[in-house]
Amino acid sequence: MAAAYLRWIPLLPLLGAAVLGLGGAWVQRRHGERAVAAIACLPVALAFAIAVRTFAALAAMPAEQRVLVDRLWTWIEIGSLHVDVAFLADPLSALMVLVVTGIGGLIHVYSVGYMRGEPAYWRFFALLNLFTAMMLVLVLADNLLLLFVGWEGVGLCSYALIGFWYADLANARAGSKAFLVNRVGDFAFALGLFLLFWTLEAHAEATLAFREIDRHAAALAGVSLGGWSVLTVITALLFVGATGKSAQIPLYVWLPDAMAGPTPVSALIHAATMVTAGVYLVARLDVLFALAPATLAAIAWVGAATALLAAAIAVVQNDIKKVLAYSTISQLGYMVLALGVGASGAAVFHLMTHAFFKACLFLGAGSVILALHHEQDLRRMGGLRAAMPRTYATFLVSALAIAGVPPLAGFVSKDEILWSALSHGDGGLWLVGWSVAGLTAFYMFRLVFLAFHGEARSEHAAPREAPAVMTVPLTILAAGAVFAGFLGWPEVLGGGNRLGAWLAPAAAHGGAHASHALAWELFSMVASIAMAAAGIAVAYAMYVRGLVAPERIAAWAGGAPYRWLARKLYVDEVYQALFVDGVLGASRVAARADARVIDAAVDGVAAGVRGWSRFQGAVDAIVVDGFVNRVADVALAAGGRLRRLQSGRINAYLYVIVAALVAVLAWQLG
Amino acid sequence: MDYALSWMIAVPLVGMVVVLLLPSAAHNAIRWAAVAATVPPLGIAAWLFTVFERGDPDFQFVERYAWIPAFDIHYLVGVDGLSISMVLLTALLCFLCVFASWGIEEGVKAYFALFLLLDAAMVGVFVALDFVLFFLFWELMLLPMYFLIGVWGGPRRAYAAIKFFLYTMAGSVLILLAILGLYFSSTPHTFDMIALAESRHQFTEALQYVLWIAFFVGFAIKIPAFPFHTWLPDAHVEAPTAISVILAGVLLKMGTYGILRVNYGMLPIATAELAFACLAALGAWNILYGALCAMAQRDLKKLVAYSSISHMGYVMLGMASFTQQGIDGAVLQMFNHGTVTAMLFLLVGVLYDRAHHREIYGFGGIAPVMPIYTGFVALAFFAALGLPGLSAFISEVLVLLGAWQRTPWLAAVGASAVVLTAGYMLWTLQRVFLGPLNERYASLPDISAREALTLVPLAIIVVALGVYPMPMIELIDATLATLNAAVLPFL
Amino acid sequence: MIGLTHYLFVALLVFALGLFCVLTRRNSLGILMGIELILNAANINYLAFARFGPATYDGQIVAIFVIMLAAAEAVVGLAIVLGIYQTFHSIDVEATETLRG
Repeated sequence: MAAAYLRWIPLLPLLGAAVLGLGGAWVQRRHGERAVAAIACLPVALAFAIAVRTFAALAAMPAEQRVLVDRLWTWIEIGSLHVDVAFLADPLSALMVLVVTGIGGLIHVYSVGYMRGEPAYWRFFALLNLFTAMMLVLVLADNLLLLFVGWEGVGLCSYALIGFWYADLANARAGSKAFLVNRVGDFAFALGLFLLFWTLEAHAEATLAFREIDRHAAALAGVSLGGWSVLTVITALLFVGATGKSAQIPLYVWLPDAMAGPTPVSALIHAATMVTAGVYLVARLDVLFALAPATLAAIAWVGAATALLAAAIAVVQNDIKKVLAYSTISQLGYMVLALGVGASGAAVFHLMTHAFFKACLFLGAGSVILALHHEQDLRRMGGLRAAMPRTYATFLVSALAIAGVPPLAGFVSKDEILWSALSHGDGGLWLVGWSVAGLTAFYMFRLVFLAFHGEARSEHAAPREAPAVMTVPLTILAAGAVFAGFLGWPEVLGGGNRLGAWLAPAAAHGGAHASHALAWELFSMVASIAMAAAGIAVAYAMYVRGLVAPERIAAWAGGAPYRWLARKLYVDEVYQALFVDGVLGASRVAARADARVIDAAVDGVAAGVRGWSRFQGAVDAIVVDGFVNRVADVALAAGGRLRRLQSGRINAYLYVIVAALVAVLAWQLG
Repeated sequence: MDYALSWMIAVPLVGMVVVLLLPSAAHNAIRWAAVAATVPPLGIAAWLFTVFERGDPDFQFVERYAWIPAFDIHYLVGVDGLSISMVLLTALLCFLCVFASWGIEEGVKAYFALFLLLDAAMVGVFVALDFVLFFLFWELMLLPMYFLIGVWGGPRRAYAAIKFFLYTMAGSVLILLAILGLYFSSTPHTFDMIALAESRHQFTEALQYVLWIAFFVGFAIKIPAFPFHTWLPDAHVEAPTAISVILAGVLLKMGTYGILRVNYGMLPIATAELAFACLAALGAWNILYGALCAMAQRDLKKLVAYSSISHMGYVMLGMASFTQQGIDGAVLQMFNHGTVTAMLFLLVGVLYDRAHHREIYGFGGIAPVMPIYTGFVALAFFAALGLPGLSAFISEVLVLLGAWQRTPWLAAVGASAVVLTAGYMLWTLQRVFLGPLNERYASLPDISAREALTLVPLAIIVVALGVYPMPMIELIDATLATLNAAVLPFL
Repeated sequence: MIGLTHYLFVALLVFALGLFCVLTRRNSLGILMGIELILNAANINYLAFARFGPATYDGQIVAIFVIMLAAAEAVVGLAIVLGIYQTFHSIDVEATETLRG
């Protein structure tokens, strides 16, 4: 069904970005920060309103026909390639739009307070608006190529916002790193897109539109490419693209560095929205991925490994934002794991709940950082519970949610993922996910206890609670962290899993929940609750009661495991040595070859020609010209002698003339 | 409007005469005369863009007059979908470059006279449809270029100008020989490029190979394709800003234009046989090699020059795909690279005018000092690295998509360069604009209104063609489909 | 009776005087005068042959032409002499040796 209002969802924030980008400096100088904030927040609020309307419109439609389309113009049309600029709202994208505009709007509001006093206030909000617009293009795109516009657009904003305080070169570097690592993923993404397009052209119908791809996906099932199923290759390439955006192994390395950006950026881009783009991509192409079991198996294990690795690293981080960053990677690993076991509904559910509690955690951390004058080291925090009660409360709720304490949102969505893994028949995946749940609970509460409990270790006296403009969004997000789970409350606990039904009306309420599985689902649930409780308990024992000194554990086995984790397993160093230095080395070789071989050859040819011409010149001067000169010398010598005849005296000439005349006459007559 | 194309050539020439008649000291009069001589071609180009018949693959606005009837030489001009995009680009860049040349203070009169001659010759190359006329304009363009680099250039200008001239002359010789080869092997003997393209079937395969390679080497020097590219960095580094813009924006396109017009249109069998090695593989190598070399440069202009080599590789790769997407993408890339690289060179020129050097490592943190300038640079850099939503993305995606159909591995090589391109562009951005401010440049003035005037139209085009590229695609599509169809039977 | 021979003798005398004058004089004007004498010796011959030869006016015509030529020659010659004087402050031909090889 056509719905012309869809375009306004991305266009309004884009308009805000354009106004602020072109005239923001003037507005800020002339009308102050409030005007900038108003210009920035209003479009997002309106977009949220339209998103709600879209959601309602979809909900009012029969479950099978929930599609709204807004076609703007033909973007590219060449031969069989036809790409529209068109927006598509279906249950999945409508939910994503709600998350992006809703949580994005709250973070906009929070930023109004957080960024106060920033000279480039306008630039921050222009980029934030642009980011929102691009994220909305990404989730609303009706085809892969337009999705790629949003995909790269959010990458650009991420780059610019990570390096927002670019006067510190480290921030700028982190931005570049994020963009470049993502580009590696984009490279694979592009190849996947090409392969998909041409395979579809050859075996079905050339298209890049999602609905068409879904329709024709089955036609590709039997096609093989060099011994592989072509769908496996396509989905694997696209998934590599997703690992870039969603910070999975092997491309997760940019996300921890991305914490160089202002904290609201970390909350919006690097926790709630952009990093979920990869998850969204796979969920969007669900039909395609479902036909590629080999890729799915790989995806599941990549997700599990990422979740475990990141959680383990998070345990030893001391920077509050780094802990949260690794936690995000770990939680994204959960989502990817869910995708891999074919539970894209569970993945999107966790995406949504995670957006609430992780945004809340980041914003809470932002309040703490601001209160402590940009102190981010956990070892110099502590005792903030009394000074910042509202921040503490919301933070604690979100931490409980992410740790998987029932009945909060994180418990419900994480449990659905674990149960999906188990019911998928893969105990190994479940085991990994289950142990990550324990690690998650431990590092989250380590963070909570270190930051908010105990005595104050900060040199900054009397930290103060953040203003209402910041705590209100925190409260709303914390409420989301509490209640969002009820949207997908599992049937086994008497819920209806309405979210699952919304996302996949056809697949809902299947036989997976047969009675013999019920016991297993309850087992999974109880086990994960026990694990979470254990994690929290260990954290309490170590950091509140001091029963075990963390240093003793760190020193275990000579300290090597701790050191490896603290240095993030040296992945950055390895990548630097292998890829960055490799490419730089290759570039130096190329440039040197260019100057010393190719250009030298050109110059050599030129020098050779000049040498030859010099030789020729010498021959010319000595032999050819020499002969001419000799002739001239003879003539000159003769002339030198003969010149004496010319006296210059007229009389002398006349005598000669007369004498000659007389002689001629005498000869003639005689 | 009759004689539209002839006017486009004649007006700059008249302008050149007017400039020569003005007193040498009247700098501003000369400059405004040059503006007046470049506005009408731009207007005509805009008019051509609106009235050009989109679906028609043949030549339009054709003018034909006998010139030297004894050898069947004509004054024959016309445009089709391939050349009109280049004519548009030439008219636009020449107009903008007059303003970019405003700062020339030495020998103003000679500079603008030569510049206008160059303008006329470049339009001539793209619209000429008789080989003699084509070659005349081809050579005519070298002369002003030589002097513009050799007189108004940087410290090593003599070296660069001579290198440029000799290199191009070497190519010209091959082209001339090949033109004569075509002339003598056609019956009846003709220099008429339309007729030669129509009678392409009479050229034997062996002849096509020989002529193809001769034309190819001649044009490859202009592109410039590896290993004939080393004149470009030198010429760019030494040339004054506006001339760099013309060089990268227009002159490089003549190589790929020539290959499409002559090699594809007249020698299809050889094209089908040789395109893989000479265009696709070499193009992919150009992309990678140019990007790697660019990454190691320390001079901003050299970096942009090598990025041009890299980006022109996409044109070669795309045209060798023989898919409609690839070949359209190639021509679109010619246009888009023209606008993007023009912005890059103009921007480097702005910085050079202020700091008097172009050392990438010699700046640092100047973004807050020159915020508007930094905005333009960011736009141009991100356009150059193929950010979706900007023009170069469309053409690069089309090229790679097309190339994937025929040569997936080469497309993958070409696509891998997106990472490298992003690398050197972002690192440059970081080294020059971000980080702590280098105090030496704390008082650089931001971009002036005149400089902004040269950049804004290009910026608008870069954004507009990224969001809505169909006007350009429709312009070129029909002609390129015909051109492609001529080669396809021989693949 | 005075016949052709007398005229020719006079002419010879005048020519000899003129040649002597041209050869011996160091003064440019003197040389010019000598040339005049030579020309007039020729004129006498022309007129004498015209008087005693066939009854045509050829001799007279040539004589008038020679007189005209002599006048032109005098003009040019005097101008040259004047020029020489201005350059060398002398009209002595011995002084104008600058063309010596």
